Amino acid sequence: MSDDLERRLRAGRPAPLDLDRLRGSLANRAAEAGLLDVGYGMHDSPLGTLTVFVTPRGLAGIAYPDEPIEQQLEEVASTISPRLMAAPERTDRVRRQLDEYFAGDRRRFDVPIDWRALHGFREQVLRATARIPFGQVSTYREIATEAGSPNAYRAAGNALGSNPVPIVVPCHRVLHAGGGLGGYTGGLERKRLLLQLEGVIPG
Amino acid sequence: MDAHAAELHRFLTGLVGPTEAEDCLQETFMSALRAYPRLRHGEHLRAWLYTIAQRKATDSVRRRARRPTSDLDGVQLHAPPGPEPADEGLWLTVRGLPAKQRVAIVHRFVLDLAYAEIAGRMGTSEEAARQNVSAGLRRLRREVTP
Repeated sequence: MSDDLERRLRAGRPAPLDLDRLRGSLANRAAEAGLLDVGYGMHDSPLGTLTVFVTPRGLAGIAYPDEPIEQQLEEVASTISPRLMAAPERTDRVRRQLDEYFAGDRRRFDVPIDWRALHGFREQVLRATARIPFGQVSTYREIATEAGSPNAYRAAGNALGSNPVPIVVPCHRVLHAGGGLGGYTGGLERKRLLLQLEGVIPG
Repeated sequence: MDAHAAELHRFLTGLVGPTEAEDCLQETFMSALRAYPRLRHGEHLRAWLYTIAQRKATDSVRRRARRPTSDLDGVQLHAPPGPEPADEGLWLTVRGLPAKQRVAIVHRFVLDLAYAEIAGRMGTSEEAARQNVSAGLRRLRREVTP
């Protein structure tokens, strides 16, 4: 009797929600209301599934899949804005260019970068890095010099290690003066692959 | 937010039915986005989302009550809650319960929460949560045809 009522209540659970559809229409509504600060989309690449973060001002982040997605989102929420939603179509332009780059059909990314989350020396280092052309390399010391502090090459290395927009801001093109690869935010194997793709080191 | 979407949707479906649940969910998230700069993450956010969802559900029920009844409304009200065999009579009665009982019943049976969790989400004592559930069940047993 009472068990029957409780059974009926439990059986009344609704069908699973179509989350993708909900996300899509919510992202559109939020964008229209000016409430969508960051849209993100996943992108399969030869370096793994990347998460691409885009704001109305431009590309704000690319994350390697080494951290769980929740942690990536948490980071972007705290550094850029918690008004963050899946909105893959907003990342289409960047993702198309990433495909072209990995296919060898693109040498320069043509997307504005949203630098707002970066400040001071770190910003200067990454802006200098963004100017290194495809297929060429620089050193930590050169980048530190361009950023205005020739002796701060260790700090430059740290700034590059926390590059929020790897690949597009090509920190993989910065090496040790002696020719060693140095470090890389996505692991040295990825750095090697990117440099091979660009013909800097033999494939 | 994604982490809460599915559960909030179940919660709202229990409170307002499948047709209105998705609207309420979107409204809840829009409110969350508006308020975000003032909010912190974690447990606090979850409690806050449920408060908003509950308010949106109340608004929705009120709006519907104000609307003149028509055949069309009848059709909507009887939309089944998914692929399960519909138990519309029961759920319409649940929707007619006093707010506290209704919310407690949905937390307990749709979301499968323990009384302590229900108490946390409704801002009541565990004892009050238990009483809300049992009062709701008593009333349902009187009003629902088997």
